[in-house]
Amino acid sequence: MAALDGDSDEDLVSYGTGLELLEEGERPKKPIPLQDQTVRDEKGRYKRFHGAFSGGFSAGYFNTVGSKEGWTPSSFVSSRQNRADKSVFGPEDFMDEEDLSEFGIAPKAIVTTDDFASKTKDRIREKARQLAAATAPIPGATLLDDFITPAKLSVGFELLRKMGWKEGQGIGPRVKRRPRRQKPDPGVKIYGCALPPGGSEGSEDEDDDYLPENVTFAPKDVTPVDFTPKDNVHGLAYKGLDPHQALFGTSGEHVNLFSGGPEGANNLLGDVGVNKGRKLGISGQAFGVGALEEEDDDIYATETLSKYDTILKDEEPGDGLYGWTAPRQYKNQKESEKELRYVGKILDGFSLASKPLSSKKIYPPPELPRDYRPVHYFRPLVAATSENSHLLQVLSESAGKPTHDPGTHSRHQLNASKRGELLGETPIQGAPTSVLEFLSEKDKERLKEMKQATDLKAAQLKARSLAQNASSSRPQPSSPDVGHCSWHVALSGGTAPVRASNFKPFAKEPEKQKRYEEFLVNVKRGQKDALECCLDPTMTEWERRRERDEFAQAALLYVSSHSTLSSRFTHAKMEDDSDQVEVPRDQENDVSDKQSAVKMKLFGKLTRDTFEWHPDKLLCKRFNVPDPYPSSTLVGLPRVKRDKYSVFNFLTVPETASSPATLASSEKVPQHQGPDKSRKPSRWDTSKQEKKDDSISEFLSLARSKVGPPKQESSPLVNKEEEHTVESVSDKVNKGVDSQTEGEGSRPSMDLFKAIFASSSDEKSSSSEDEQGDSEDDQEGTREADVKGSQETDLVETLSVAQASEPAPQEPAPFFPIQKIQIDEREEFGPQLPPVFCANARQKLEAPLKEKHKKNKEKHKTKKEHRRKKEKDLP
Amino acid sequence: MEDNNKVTPKRGFPGQKASVQATLRWQGREGGAMAFPEPKPRGPELPQKRLKTLDCGQRAVRAVRFNVDGNYCLTCGSDKTLKLWSPLRGTLLRTYSGHGYEVLDAAGSFDNSSLCSGGGDKAVVLWDVASGQVVRKFRGHAGKVNTVQFNEEATVILSGSIDSTIRCWDCRSRRPEPIQKLDEAKDGISSVKVSDHEVLAGSVDGRVRRYDLRMGHLFSDYVGSPITCTCFSRDGQCTLVSSLDSTLRLLDKDTGELLGEYMGHKNQEYKLDCCLSERDTHVVSCSEDGKVFFWDLVEGALALALPVGPGVVQSLAYHPTEPCLLTAMGGSIQCWREETYKAEDGTG
Repeated sequence: MAALDGDSDEDLVSYGTGLELLEEGERPKKPIPLQDQTVRDEKGRYKRFHGAFSGGFSAGYFNTVGSKEGWTPSSFVSSRQNRADKSVFGPEDFMDEEDLSEFGIAPKAIVTTDDFASKTKDRIREKARQLAAATAPIPGATLLDDFITPAKLSVGFELLRKMGWKEGQGIGPRVKRRPRRQKPDPGVKIYGCALPPGGSEGSEDEDDDYLPENVTFAPKDVTPVDFTPKDNVHGLAYKGLDPHQALFGTSGEHVNLFSGGPEGANNLLGDVGVNKGRKLGISGQAFGVGALEEEDDDIYATETLSKYDTILKDEEPGDGLYGWTAPRQYKNQKESEKELRYVGKILDGFSLASKPLSSKKIYPPPELPRDYRPVHYFRPLVAATSENSHLLQVLSESAGKPTHDPGTHSRHQLNASKRGELLGETPIQGAPTSVLEFLSEKDKERLKEMKQATDLKAAQLKARSLAQNASSSRPQPSSPDVGHCSWHVALSGGTAPVRASNFKPFAKEPEKQKRYEEFLVNVKRGQKDALECCLDPTMTEWERRRERDEFAQAALLYVSSHSTLSSRFTHAKMEDDSDQVEVPRDQENDVSDKQSAVKMKLFGKLTRDTFEWHPDKLLCKRFNVPDPYPSSTLVGLPRVKRDKYSVFNFLTVPETASSPATLASSEKVPQHQGPDKSRKPSRWDTSKQEKKDDSISEFLSLARSKVGPPKQESSPLVNKEEEHTVESVSDKVNKGVDSQTEGEGSRPSMDLFKAIFASSSDEKSSSSEDEQGDSEDDQEGTREADVKGSQETDLVETLSVAQASEPAPQEPAPFFPIQKIQIDEREEFGPQLPPVFCANARQKLEAPLKEKHKKNKEKHKTKKEHRRKKEKDLP
Repeated sequence: MEDNNKVTPKRGFPGQKASVQATLRWQGREGGAMAFPEPKPRGPELPQKRLKTLDCGQRAVRAVRFNVDGNYCLTCGSDKTLKLWSPLRGTLLRTYSGHGYEVLDAAGSFDNSSLCSGGGDKAVVLWDVASGQVVRKFRGHAGKVNTVQFNEEATVILSGSIDSTIRCWDCRSRRPEPIQKLDEAKDGISSVKVSDHEVLAGSVDGRVRRYDLRMGHLFSDYVGSPITCTCFSRDGQCTLVSSLDSTLRLLDKDTGELLGEYMGHKNQEYKLDCCLSERDTHVVSCSEDGKVFFWDLVEGALALALPVGPGVVQSLAYHPTEPCLLTAMGGSIQCWREETYKAEDGTG
């Protein structure tokens, strides 16, 4: 642009850089398209300049996040089947890997902060720094750093100091006299009161004599083990060339690049400490000797490779070439052993163990069955009293365990006198408490004798059986044949096929298992020496004997368990707790007092029940309401598990007090008893009971509708009569609608009977019940069912006939009743007969039919009433 | 009966066209501009002038319901259809057919975009208003569905059935099962009403249950007699409960205390509707003697017994803002306005 008008440059203001003028014949260069102007990071990924260059959060692919499409909720789960877990994202989820690395903004590795960093660890670094300072072009540049050190001590130091520790001392109780063993290494720096080093044994002994009795010494400072991880690619223990050694050391010395670990480091330290005395200055090879230097260093030393090791091996002792890099085993072999020792106070009478403890063998926990669910069901506890003894019995039976053994008295089963006895009280001389007390002395004696005799007999029997068991199950090593007999008999007697694949007692040791299987095969063939030939010949006699025992036992066990147990038990097909139902924890309590409250118009607290109710989370979401119980997974009313046929389910029903005796005697009674009145008779309960009579009542109603209407209008009494006639038609069917409704009031529900009379053997009858719905007569059993079945088929036939002839257009009068009954039935028994509506007929019939319905209602009592109320009825 | 019945459905093509236009307008009226002006402060007037009688042509009308702003109404017929009307004009806008049995209840969504209905075929149906198509059919009830309601945002349909459950169906997802089944009732559900965070259900077992989603509580009030209809008062403080002992009771929502009792009508057999007037001034109930009864809410005195016809008044619906009442008797519905009402725009 600037070049557009060259003449009037002064007048124009130009912005930006002008385009280069094109030369003749040159094709204009294509500019780099915007999408190609990219910056990439070291891994070839697009780099974006979000945030600072220290690594702000990346905003994803082409400035989107996560993917090409932008945000991808990684944890998206379709809410149709299962809901996604709520996952909380932290900032880390949006970071790159670099950010999490050591130098990123959020490093993952744990680094000791300065407060807790130990000083000793830094020694090597410190040393290196000193060395660097010494070899630096301007020596002493780091001196200042040494002088000015921040007065910062690690927490450990401070704690120790508070406890009276001084720097340079060891940790532990003070010792009376310095043990000779703790003679410091020559190279190690000695803190505190150090002995003059370098003495002979004898001289040291002399030193001991010097020590006054009352002087105690702090223990020796233990040089901590250096745990710095190896993070380079050098060989093990390679330290690199020590510049100090190379530069300041005597040039004739051998240089060892591999030293013995931390000791070497300490040596280095000591060396520098010694060298500190030397004046700092420019020195070393090739620097010449300064004017102020006293020593005449060999400044023209030449480096020769012979100074270095060419092979990795320990040097032979005694060649006198050890410097600071001497292999440690020549320095103090004993010391290394004692390095880790117990420093605390040793109790009197104890000494340090010379051998380390053998490590404990850890046995794995027993393997649980695959389907094992660690749930414990608590049986309801019922105190045994005279009133509920029956209940207790039923309970214990339902729990599958026998009533309490009278021999094992629990605390609660003792009566007062027994407790008194236990407490050593004198028994009360009042009324006798036991029948035994009425007996004369002689009788008592006799009883006692008899008891003793029986006891004795039982004991003898027991002993004998025990002996037998012992002899059979454990064959004596001296005479293995005896044992063989028993298990041979057992194995051959039990015709069960030997299937070793199922039962592997020695699965842990495949060798042994193999031997065992071999043994079984041999046994099956009937070989007498089955055991001997399959045992491992390399084993010792004792081991063989042991294994023989084991095999014999296993074989016995296997056979017995397989043949006897398996014939009696089968695998469970259903889960064990299938006989449990979930019952709402809180029930709407009794209605009777509420009814009275309603009568007195005392609405409010008396008529209100409040329950904890858990709405579904999704429902809350849809209603825009926060979940009232965000942590619970429950939905609906809180529920508890109860035994399905437990008497406890019915304890709330007042009339369940019906004593079992009457129940047992009243075989026929249930037929005439409806569900309990105190429970609000529910429409669906009754319908269940009626379902069995489905076809019968249909038949009844059809018959009624055919015959009934003219009569019905006359009076309800006639209606009743007519029903009786119908009943007589279906004579076997003694459960007419009327008798049912009449008896409805007093009969408890079927489940109660099940709870009381339930035994596992009546599966058959219960299954037939299921077919019939919850029928009333399970006492009648299958015979009844058969009769019924035949009747039903008959009835169905008549029904179909009736249906075919039913819609009679020429009879307007019975039209509505048919409708009415049909509606009832449809409601009750599902949509069998579609309603036939005719607006005109309905309008006309309305008024008179009303009256009739009311009469019907009176007659049919509550049940029918409910049924009809439901319907928004035909007007 | 036949006097006002000038508009009959199935006229032919022109009528169809008009209905489509009206449907569009029905859709266009989303939350805001009402056709009726805001009620001026004046004494409560009761709708006692019969404005129109519509023969719905769907045999018995099981229920009549206003839409959310009261401009349209739905009638549930026993001939398996659901019809959308403009009650003041008396025009049929659309017929929704797809139920297998009679339709027992229906409701419209807050944005007038969808309808729900339940019926004797045990199904709950979600309809698209404009297209008249079935959007979803929720099956799962074991008995006929007595009552349906949308929640406030039309995301959930709550349906009460004689199988004694209330099921909450999700309109958002394609899940065939209900979100939740409220099966605490011991007997059939006759009435369900929904507020922003509550579900009020009346059951034939004589209890009114209120599920408070926000508190996570279920309040169960025992009334004794089988309950036919329940509703919230418009201020949300009270619940009105009608039961088969020919009594309506006004209960305090929070405590369950009895605030008022209204008697005089007859309701012993059928499931009849009750409601409160547009400003909570009166309690309105159907009666089996062919009248609609109005009681003063506070005094409990009978204000008006409006004779509707010879049959049972099966259902009624009260306009949300105006003194306008719809009643259903037999196969027809009646529209009632206050005495001073003048037809504003050209109603047919």
